[in-house]
Amino acid sequence: MIPADYDFLRKFLKERSGLDLSADKQYLVESRLMPLARKANLSGIEELVQKIRNGSSAVASDVVEAMTTNETFFFRDKVPFDHLRDVVLPEMIQARAARKSLRIWCAAASTGQEPYSIAMTIKEMSARLAGWRIEIIGTDISQQVLEKSKSGIYTQFEVQRGLPIQLLVKYFKQTGEMWQINPDIRSMIQYRPLNLLQDFSSMGKFDIIFCRNVLIYFDQDMKTQIFGRLAKCMEPDGFLALGAAETVVGLTDAFKPHADKRGLYRPNVVRAAPSIVPGMAPVGLKAAASPVR
Amino acid sequence: MKTCLVVDDSSVIRKVARRILEGLDFEITEAEDGEKALEICKQSLPDAVLLDWNMPVMDGYEFLRNLRRMPGGDVPKVVFCTTENDVAHIARALHAGANEYIMKPFDKEIVSAKFQEVGLI
Repeated sequence: MIPADYDFLRKFLKERSGLDLSADKQYLVESRLMPLARKANLSGIEELVQKIRNGSSAVASDVVEAMTTNETFFFRDKVPFDHLRDVVLPEMIQARAARKSLRIWCAAASTGQEPYSIAMTIKEMSARLAGWRIEIIGTDISQQVLEKSKSGIYTQFEVQRGLPIQLLVKYFKQTGEMWQINPDIRSMIQYRPLNLLQDFSSMGKFDIIFCRNVLIYFDQDMKTQIFGRLAKCMEPDGFLALGAAETVVGLTDAFKPHADKRGLYRPNVVRAAPSIVPGMAPVGLKAAASPVR
Repeated sequence: MKTCLVVDDSSVIRKVARRILEGLDFEITEAEDGEKALEICKQSLPDAVLLDWNMPVMDGYEFLRNLRRMPGGDVPKVVFCTTENDVAHIARALHAGANEYIMKPFDKEIVSAKFQEVGLI
């Protein structure tokens, strides 16, 4: 691949999906895009780049998709789901006792293992959640992985990575060599395409957000921006779960780490509090009293 | 160091399993059928058993039922590792006291995920 094409692809991917490739990742781009070029009957990456430059939106989105890392497995890292069961949900059950509803967002759902792990965790607690309305939304930039998520069909390898055998027997049906998650779990989740670089304020407010192992591919500025926008669509007493190698520290003051549960974050409510200082006139009133400019 | 008894009539599978489990810091003993495995358990109980189902002399299911009746035999974590991959077999194994279940073919990630699941890693 010629350097000019690599530079073009780096810039293109960063703008389109936020993927922040360092200068030495040509091999990664080649290994992911060569099969794509062959499939499209193109001579190589040079021609692929030419298509994007000429404005082929189909090729452009195929390239974004091919460069997206979709590695995931059921109950990945285990601890976040223990936290969900032992800390997050018990606290939310109390906090939302009157409303009896919860909104959960899985912001990089990939092939569905994470939202389904959340759904199974909730199903296992159903005695305490009887009569509750629980909405789980799984989003991902890649249409292809969303289709797989919706089908809920996994290989024997996939169902053995992280999924306890009891849950496999309980919530999956074997069809030949594949395993499909049961319709009652599938129906707990709505899937939608979403690019985290774009505005997502229309998603509404969430009580719990899982945004794991996706921000690692973004640069510092983008991470800061996304944290800011995540905070805006989260209830002030909500929970944010990040991946094991991710943190908010040094990137944003919109969230603060949970006191003793690693990987969990809460909105920084102090920051969002109304700016009324005791003994002083509220800012809004003062502004109203001054002439409009 | 935790101990794991690898029970399989295929020496190739035992070798592969040994390499994976030694990489996870287990001390390995091997047996080629359920009866030999029971003999080893009577000498000293391992922390874990990686157990094939179909073997000559005594199969894995019979071994498990015998093990669970031994004094202290409820302690070792038993992880089946077999080509029997249908729900009926899995349910029978769990009912007889298996802690986890691996469907062959397997790799290092699967073994390590399953051993983590039962709290051995």
